[in-house]
Amino acid sequence: MEFLQLFVSGLANGSVYGLIALGFVLIYKATESVNFAQGDFMMFGAFIALWLTNTEYMGLPFWIAAPMAMAAMGLLGYLLDVTIIRRMFGQSQTAVVILTIALGFVIRFFAGVFWGHEPQTLQSPLAVGDVTIGGVVLGMADVTIIVVTALLTFSLFQFFKHTKLGLAMQAASQNQMAAYYMGIPVKRVQGFIWALSGVVAAVAGILFASKGAIDPNAGMLGIKAFAAAVIGGFGSLPGALVGGLIIGVIEPFAARYLPAGYSQMAPYVLLLLVLVFRPHGLFSQVRTKKV
Amino acid sequence: MGHLLEIRNLESYYGPIMAIRGISLTVEKGQIVTVLGANGAGKSTLLKTISGIMDPEKGQVIFDGEEIQGLEPHVIVKKGIVHVPEGREVFPLLTVNENLSLGAYTRNDKAGIARDREMVFEYFPILAERRNQEAGTLSGGQQQMLAIGRGLMLRPKIMLLDEPSLGLSPLLIQQIFGILERLNKDEGVTMVLVEQNARVALNLADAGYVMEVGRMVMNDTAENLAASEDIQSFYLGIQEDSQRSERRWKRRKTWR
Repeated sequence: MEFLQLFVSGLANGSVYGLIALGFVLIYKATESVNFAQGDFMMFGAFIALWLTNTEYMGLPFWIAAPMAMAAMGLLGYLLDVTIIRRMFGQSQTAVVILTIALGFVIRFFAGVFWGHEPQTLQSPLAVGDVTIGGVVLGMADVTIIVVTALLTFSLFQFFKHTKLGLAMQAASQNQMAAYYMGIPVKRVQGFIWALSGVVAAVAGILFASKGAIDPNAGMLGIKAFAAAVIGGFGSLPGALVGGLIIGVIEPFAARYLPAGYSQMAPYVLLLLVLVFRPHGLFSQVRTKKV
Repeated sequence: MGHLLEIRNLESYYGPIMAIRGISLTVEKGQIVTVLGANGAGKSTLLKTISGIMDPEKGQVIFDGEEIQGLEPHVIVKKGIVHVPEGREVFPLLTVNENLSLGAYTRNDKAGIARDREMVFEYFPILAERRNQEAGTLSGGQQQMLAIGRGLMLRPKIMLLDEPSLGLSPLLIQQIFGILERLNKDEGVTMVLVEQNARVALNLADAGYVMEVGRMVMNDTAENLAASEDIQSFYLGIQEDSQRSERRWKRRKTWR
């Protein structure tokens, strides 16, 4: 009973990590660079939704505010690519990484100025009440998060597998040069990938803020999500999600059964173990090229 | 008048290095033109400049009566020029089918795409057999077939082939060049074929050019080239009955 409750709340947390990790992997596959602002994207998306929804700000209905926040983050991602990232084309990957770290700070600062540094809760209809399934009492928020994440993952999978743009995105990330040869407008496709990762970050943010309070430093969660992406095998979308779930599930169990303080360490110990024993991650897609 | 592809005094740089230095070349509709040359002669650079992956510093690329040099690659592809790159460059984690679909990325006519997919499968039956397999798991020869098939999916007016024989066994080379010949005869695909393997290339081609360190040094029909002494000794490796003084390293090329 207790086991199940821990497990479900772990899965819910893990879903949020997984969604942020998904954003990491999307960008990494498209541009071969890591967007360390992904966590801050998540936080910013949450704040936009909160600002639109909460009665002390705009007070719009949640079901209008949430899509608007997603669209806004998608636009932000696209514009970032067009105005800043694209100019870094040809620079070393490190330069892009440093740039995104700086970007994260800027976003955090913005959020702090606009919405203050106090934790705030999204007035979300997702978070109300509990459900009882087979005698186990589960938080509605946890269940919603898991369901929404599953739905989003499923539709992303369909998108990548069955739409022309989705295929082009995969192509551009697997072999950029060949994508050019096929007449795929690679730069525009990369812009769409940034937009998509912005949308995914917004969903993660809305879910996260439905469950607990959010403040401008919530983006630091990105570090944990980064660990999740590495555990899953950087470059694999399902891997990122599973990595997130693993970390999410480990945390509450470590908190429950290990001495105080160890639970914070658990995800990183796992990261270390994976890196030592399976350096390419659990779901690596490393394949040597034939000549 | 009437050339399908004409290149005039093209110059391209790799950073500070001038990789091609004033090249002119013409290709007629339905022809196979081969560009021969050793490593680093600038053959691949020439193809990359035509397909827009690289921008030329000077000169013109005229396709179907229209200047296309310096345009974005996806714009050039839409005009009907497809580049089958050196070393295959398939999308390794996508299936054979998906790779072919991406070849038709710029097209919207579903029926036509389906027909061309069947045509590709007819020419390369092994691809039909493996249509749901990831391209990265194919053998080198199969990947080369996939790269050519993917290029065909565009219904190109002209196909730029960069060393299709690279890394393949003689038997496979024969097979692939046989298919290229059929594609040219039956489907009327015009081709520019860059090769180091001069023998097979001259066998297939109508006309040939020889490149050396960024310049065109010879230009003739494939027959004449294959018969020329320079080509025989430098590219086909035929040795004249061994007069000691006539050995390869003593000979001077006539264009030097």
